[in-house]
Amino acid sequence: MSLLSRPARTALVAGTAGLALVAAGCGSSEPSAPAAGGGTSAACAPFEKFGKHDGKKVSVYSSIRDTEADLFQQTWMPFEKCTGMKITYEGAGEFEAQIQVRSDGGNPPDLAFFPQPGLLQRFVAAGRLKPAPAEVKRLAEQNWSPDWAKYGTVDGTFYAAPLGASVKSFVWYSPGMFKEKGWAVPKTWDELMTLTDTIAGTGVKPWCAGIESGEATGWPATDWIEDVLLRELGPEGYDDWVAHKIPFNAPEVVAAVDKVGAILKNERFVNGGYGPVKSIAGTAFQEGGVPITEGRCALHRQASFYANFWPEGTTVAEDGDVFAFYLPGNDPAEKPVLGAGEFVGAFTDRPEVQAVQAYLATGDHANARMKLGTYVSANKGVDIANAQNPIDRLSIEMLHDPDTVFRFDGSDLMPAAVGAGTFWKGMTDWINGKDTTTVLDFIEASWPAS
Amino acid sequence: MNLDFDFAAEQPKLLQLLYGVVAFCAVVALLLLLLDRAPMRQRARLHAAVLLAPALLLLAIGLIVPAVRTTLLSFMSGDGASWVGLDNYVWMFTRPEAVTVLRTTLIWVALVPLLVTAVGLLYAVLVDGSRFESAAKSLVFLPMAVSFVGAGIIWKFVYAYRPEESEQIGLLNQVVVALGGTPRQWLLEPPLNTLFLIVVMVWIQAGFATVVLSAAIKGIPAEIVEAARLDGASPVQMFFRVTLPSIRPAVLVVLVTQSIGTLKLFDIVRTMTGGQFDTSVIANEMYNQAFRYGETGRGAALAVFLFALVTPIVVYQIRQRREAVR
Repeated sequence: MSLLSRPARTALVAGTAGLALVAAGCGSSEPSAPAAGGGTSAACAPFEKFGKHDGKKVSVYSSIRDTEADLFQQTWMPFEKCTGMKITYEGAGEFEAQIQVRSDGGNPPDLAFFPQPGLLQRFVAAGRLKPAPAEVKRLAEQNWSPDWAKYGTVDGTFYAAPLGASVKSFVWYSPGMFKEKGWAVPKTWDELMTLTDTIAGTGVKPWCAGIESGEATGWPATDWIEDVLLRELGPEGYDDWVAHKIPFNAPEVVAAVDKVGAILKNERFVNGGYGPVKSIAGTAFQEGGVPITEGRCALHRQASFYANFWPEGTTVAEDGDVFAFYLPGNDPAEKPVLGAGEFVGAFTDRPEVQAVQAYLATGDHANARMKLGTYVSANKGVDIANAQNPIDRLSIEMLHDPDTVFRFDGSDLMPAAVGAGTFWKGMTDWINGKDTTTVLDFIEASWPAS
Repeated sequence: MNLDFDFAAEQPKLLQLLYGVVAFCAVVALLLLLLDRAPMRQRARLHAAVLLAPALLLLAIGLIVPAVRTTLLSFMSGDGASWVGLDNYVWMFTRPEAVTVLRTTLIWVALVPLLVTAVGLLYAVLVDGSRFESAAKSLVFLPMAVSFVGAGIIWKFVYAYRPEESEQIGLLNQVVVALGGTPRQWLLEPPLNTLFLIVVMVWIQAGFATVVLSAAIKGIPAEIVEAARLDGASPVQMFFRVTLPSIRPAVLVVLVTQSIGTLKLFDIVRTMTGGQFDTSVIANEMYNQAFRYGETGRGAALAVFLFALVTPIVVYQIRQRREAVR
């Protein structure tokens, strides 16, 4: 399930967006402020390479809704005006199920933003998607690291360029609380555990978490496991685990899950502000970190988009009310990053559709989108100065760092029956009291045979 | 989302609708006209054939073809590419997560019709003839107006949990705390959580049972009641010897409709727990497998099984009705 799009469903980005609009209106001479006269003026120069497609229509379908969807549509306005085409956008809450229904029913959109490479692969395997045109492939190779490009590639053919991104390897904390108590941001896993112990000694439960998310309940716990597995097994080992070359119940996986369990299933360490361990399963993920603002919890591991879920009036900054640090591994020199994002897949290959595909893969699009509101993309054409807030900036810095090893959220890559099914369910049961081996055996047995 | 409905903006669609209706009328008129011209001798047979054809065609497209296709899919792999024999059915009856689903559904089907009928009957008998009868019946009927999803959300709040030291926002936990207990996470603990979900279904459906059964009770001939009274029947005897046998058909209607409704249940579970914590039922799992996990074969197998479960109940109901007509 798309983790990047999730904030879109409930996001409170309106405030940021409003500010951004003002900023864009004042300072920018970029295409985001379309010049009067449309078609031929200087404002249209950047779009000339996409050609003229007067009166053509392109439909886009994705899981992004509400404010974020509006921002995307605003971003596209100059492009539409200059190329003469009309992009009809539709965001759906049940994208994963509905895209299948629409495709089966012979009514697919032209373009879809796939939040999971695994789902993309399923559509490629069914012969529904068109390979990306050469121009899109070139742009994707130029703008994204090979780590990213490979997730849009199936069996050696490039299908989908990435779009947005989110960084998951973050631990949220209160800089004020840390300063007051004299705690330092940990650089290794051992330091993190020592800090956890220290905090627990002060009578505050150090960690808080929430994994309730309707039918997707359990996903934040799977992110925890993936983040630690990525550190324990290394990027290659992680890839093997995702591809099921290492069984789900292998000893090294058991060890990694128990490492997470040392925090998440320890009554001394969780669940700050909410109660016993089991309350994790019943707490909505949107509310998981809120006790930090009340001083009843110190640490909350969640992706960059959690910036949208803090109570109104919370400043997200290095010297603000809350901020995030990188979830450390055993070796401070290695910094693998777990994240997610969307990929633009095409069901048709008309010229105007390919033009939109190419435009979405450019740095211009990512920059125009960023100027309107909070947005993160691993696109190298992104100007970091356009970041709307400190956490976006930190995320982009991490994604752009050439030393960063990026890995995609594993549950989005696995077969949906596991990645969106038994893995979530298993981790929920695990929090709810089942032991590690039972749960991992259960998930292993559910892996589709073919 | 824009909830305003602008008629001007929808004009093309409305026009299309108008064209459609006009065209339909024209076609029907033409058909009737042509039929009327047919020779007298074959007219009856021709009439039957032509007028039944659309219904049969729609039945075939909407019911028979999908049923056959679903059955075929249930013997195929997840992507519908190869035949796997009975694998999907083996999965359904052997994998623990699937068996849990079947067991939970069984609990639902066993409890909901009984509870709904019992609550409805008790309520109908208790308020029968009292001064507040119509007000009391309206009250219990009100939840029928709430959609399953709406009811699910309402009850999710009733069961909401907050830690002991904070203020409770859930009614049930507030009551527990007021009585000196500690708050619990009601929806997280199987098998009790299924019972808490069943309460929601009973809350919605009890009104239906009350209204149907109350009407049936009113229909009991006064002579029978009077005769029983004169014979000195106690209230308990009255109920079991007179009332219940007299309204047996109505009770069966309630039981049957509730059984079918419960087998198909989806909304409450999906809204309140998403099928987590061992609360998933067949319809919910069918949707998950077929549409969320892309395991069409397993989804189809569950659908076929659900169909097989509903069929005997429907057959029974039709038989009952035939007997009643006789």
